[in-house]
This record gives sequence, C-alpha cells and structure tokens, in this order.
Amino acid sequence: MKKILLTMAALLLLTAPSFAGDHYTVSVTQIVEHPALDAIRNGVIDRLKEKGIDATFNVHIAQGNSATNVQIISQIKGEEPDLVLAIATPGAQAAAQKIKDRPIVFTGVTDPVSAGLVKDLKNSGNGNVTGMSDFSPMDKHVALIKEIVPSVKTIGVIYNAGEPNSVVLVNALTEQATLVGLGVEEATVANSSGVYQAAKSLVGRCDVVYIPTDNTVISAVESAVKVCSQNKLPLIVADVDSVARGAIAAVAVDYYRMGLQTGDMAAKILADGVKAGDMPVEFLNDLKLHVNKKAAAAMGVTLPEDIIARADKVIE
Amino acid sequence: MTSYALFGALEQGFAYGLMVIGVYLTFRVLDFPDLTVDGSLPLGASVSAVAITAGYSPFLAVLMATGAGFIAGMVTGILNTKFKILHLLASILTMIALYSINLRIMGRPNMALLGQDTVVDWFNNLTGLLPQYSTPLLFCIISIIVILILIWFLHTEKGFAFLATGDNKQMITSQGINTDNVIIFGVGLSNALVATSGALVAQNQGAADVNMGVGTIVAGLASVIIGETVFGDKTISRALIAALLGSVLYRIAIALALGLKLGAFSITPSDLNLITATLVVFALIMPKMKKKFLAGRSA
Repeated sequence: MKKILLTMAALLLLTAPSFAGDHYTVSVTQIVEHPALDAIRNGVIDRLKEKGIDATFNVHIAQGNSATNVQIISQIKGEEPDLVLAIATPGAQAAAQKIKDRPIVFTGVTDPVSAGLVKDLKNSGNGNVTGMSDFSPMDKHVALIKEIVPSVKTIGVIYNAGEPNSVVLVNALTEQATLVGLGVEEATVANSSGVYQAAKSLVGRCDVVYIPTDNTVISAVESAVKVCSQNKLPLIVADVDSVARGAIAAVAVDYYRMGLQTGDMAAKILADGVKAGDMPVEFLNDLKLHVNKKAAAAMGVTLPEDIIARADKVIE
Repeated sequence: MTSYALFGALEQGFAYGLMVIGVYLTFRVLDFPDLTVDGSLPLGASVSAVAITAGYSPFLAVLMATGAGFIAGMVTGILNTKFKILHLLASILTMIALYSINLRIMGRPNMALLGQDTVVDWFNNLTGLLPQYSTPLLFCIISIIVILILIWFLHTEKGFAFLATGDNKQMITSQGINTDNVIIFGVGLSNALVATSGALVAQNQGAADVNMGVGTIVAGLASVIIGETVFGDKTISRALIAALLGSVLYRIAIALALGLKLGAFSITPSDLNLITATLVVFALIMPKMKKKFLAGRSA
C-alpha cells in the first residue's frame, strides 16, 4: 500500500509541472456592460476554449465609472494573470499606464494610436501591449450609402462629440465622403435623449442619415428611425443590431467574430509564447451585411436586388 | 483583498481626496449642493493634459488646472449670488457648459498621457519605491499639505467668515461682510480642489477623458458622509481629515465589491454598483446601530 502511494506521489510530482503549465489566468477589464463589448468578451472566451487552452477568466466591469476603471487595474495586479484582456479604450489606457510586466491585449478600441496604446499600427516590438481595432471600414459604409441611395449629395450624421471613437469615425466619414464628392452635415448630441431633436435638425439638410458606432446615439436609435420614417429620409447605420431596430441597412463589424480573432491573438501569447510587443495591431475584415425591407419601404427606398441577395440577414 | 487591491484603493482614495474635501467645503460648510464638480474634475484633467502635451512641466500643469477649477467654481457662485439662480441649477448650468468647454480645450474627447512625464513618475523616481506604494504616498502627502493650508486659512478672519456663511448668513451680513463674495470665493476654492484632483487623476491613469467626471458628486457625497459618520466632525480640522479618510474608505468599499466572490450564489460584475451602494449603506448605518445597541444594553 505504502509503495503504491509512493509511486502515485512520484508520478504526480513528475506530471505536476506540465499540469501547472497548462492552466492560465486571464484578467478582463471592461468599462461598461454593452451588447457589442459583451460579444467581444464571449468571442475571446469561446476561441480560447476551442483551442483547448485551459484558462480562468476574472471579469471586471467598471459600470462606466472612471475611478473604478483605474481601481480594477490594482485588482488585476493582485490576480497576477498571465494575460490582461482590455475591452474598449478607457480600460486599455489604464492597463497600459499601470501594468508593464505582463502582456496586455486590447480589443474594441477604434484608434489605438491616438489613444496612446501603441506607437504605430505595426507595433514595432517595444512594450507589452497589442490588440485589435474595431475601426469601421468607412469606404464600405459610404459605398453602401451610394448603392442604396444613388441620388445622395449630402450625408447627415448623428453622433456624440464626447465619444472619442465617434469623433475619429466622423472625421473618417468626412474624408471618405469628400473623396467621392459627397457633403456631410453633422448633428451632435450630449446624451441619448437628444437623438430625436438631432435627427429632426437634419431633415432638409441631407439626403440620407448615417449613424456611426456611437454608444449614445445607438442606445436611442428608435428616435432616429421615427424621424426618418416620418420624413422619408433613408437611415443607414454602422452596426447590424440597429437594422433589426428599424434602420435600412448596415455593413458592419461582427463583434463576436472580433472576439474570436482577439482570442487567436491571446492564444499566440499564452500558448506559443509570442511577445505582445512583437505583434502588430489587427483589424477585422470579416464584415456582415444586414438589411431591413420594411424599414426601406417606410423611408421611401427600394433595396437593390443584389444587395438583398448578398445580405447575411434580410428582415422582411 | 490582495495588497495590490488595498494599495490601489488607497491610491484612488487619496487621488480623489482633494475632490472630496472640495465637496465637503461646499456641501457642509457653505450649505451649497454643487454639481459643478462633475464638470470641473474633467476640466482639471483636460487642462493638465493639454499643458503636459504642450511641453509644460506636470507640476505647472496641475497648478493651471487648479486655476481653471477656481474660475469654473466662481462662475457657479456668480450665477447663484449675482443672478439669483438657485444653487443647484446654477451648478448644473456650469457643469453642462464645462462639457463643451472641456471638448474645446482638448480638441477631442480623450487625450492620452501614456508615455508622458507626470508628477507620479517624478515622485516614483525620487523615492525609488514601487509605483503601487509611491503613488498613494504622493497623493496622501499632497492631500495633507492642502488640509494644513485649509486649516490655517479657516482660522484666519476670512476663514471664520467662510465657516459662518453656511451657518448664519444674517449674522455675517450684520458684521459687514458680503456673503456673496464669500460664496463666490468658496465655490471657487472648492472647484479649484476638485480640478486639482482631476489633474492628478488624469496623470495617474494615463489619459484625460471628457466623461471621467460622471458620478463625481455621488462619490464625493458618499465619501463625505462615510467620513463624518466613521471619524466624526466635531472640529473643522477633524472634519477635513474625516473627509479625506472617508474618500479612502469609499474606495476600499469598492475594492471589496470588486473582489467579492460568492461561489454558487451568482453575483456578476454587473452587480458592482448595487454591491457598492449596499456596502456604503452598511458603513452609514453601522455607527447608529452600535449606538442603539449600546444604549439598549445600558438601559
């Protein structure tokens, strides 16, 4: 009996190091609970599981509070994780400022360079930070607008000037629109209750309304849908969920797929030992197209047949 | 709670300590509920971020933030006293105006300070301590210096007028002191402290963000009330120290909430606000419960 126990103990000791090496801790910081951000997180978790990487996830959500967001970083330091996953800009900035000795993978950040997270998108090997940008492919958005409303001269855009990502997106929109000879009219809101008013202010100033991935405006997208339907003004958005809520169409980043790709990056760091600072910033080119026939009819637009044919989802 | 989490809570508590002292001065001393703070905290952050990015020293950046906060508070004070706008409304007006002003100052909603020299880095190099110890120490020292200056000030003639304004306006007026000026100065002083706090917070977290002021007044009031319940407010010196320690206790409560794991009983990260509120309520009622319990026993 003693011998068996001893042999078992010896065997356990022998196998122990490989067991220890197989288990990882991933600490997650996320500024706020939000369908897109939650989808990213689930994508990362699912992909690591698919790859057979055994990891414990400690998820922290700051509930939109800036002070808590920083405090979470201290919490994460105490957890001594193998990897820090930072979802959205504020969490990524606090993590990059405070944690220098372990890999940080950010995701759901629109402009990682101006956020100060990386020096450039190639991320030339200096530091412990890498990740994914969810920058909307603005050329594809403008192309979709022109395809659905061929007579368009001016695009109206509603956004919150207080959201860092939105400002970057609207600048990109203006740049892209100018490139193809279109004008842009802006309407800004400070909170979601201002969306109705902002949408009304665009009536008569533009031929189509576009809403970027702006948290404030998207949370009240129904107000814009109402104004646009009443005034036969086509509404095209940058996220597919808003299509089901009454916008005509969106060609957009699928946040879950984005999470999967971020999961691949995390796996490379955890399992293959790649240095975060050696990995360039990645973008998602795998886009989804959703269209809403009913909304198109209400806003006085007939959707071209080939758009319907190639859509990932058609809402009747 | 890990030591990282504890020192992180101290760091945040002291970093927001000046903000809490500012809220104490308006809310308790002047009897002026001041919502300007939700705008003057990011104002301080914005001014300091722009100054640092423009190449000014991080210390000068903090002082510039203090000045900007003072002006913002004065605007609220003037709206209230000279234009007879209700204090709550006057402060809300300044707060929402500051949102646009902060966007103007930075030219964008978020300004990164990652990789820039800050007062935190300077103190870290000076002491040679690990950042998780040196940062709370720095903010603690700054808070104590400010408290000492405030205690000195509140014992001068002007300070007495300031203390009495919230208590008994008529008495002060009969002494020939203009309470309007005291209020304008007082709200200015309070917001100068809040903006200083904002500047320190931004330099610590590596970015100024136009939305970072959301909930400042809630944190400030909760900290003030926790502080005076736990540490008492018999004298002004004690009350100021209680406000600072209240800020630390409030952040410790949040650290506890963040680290809370109850196994099968499914608490998710989304419950953080609820847990924090519950912990704060406990902190508030504990001293009263204790009093009742002791009174019950002696009877």
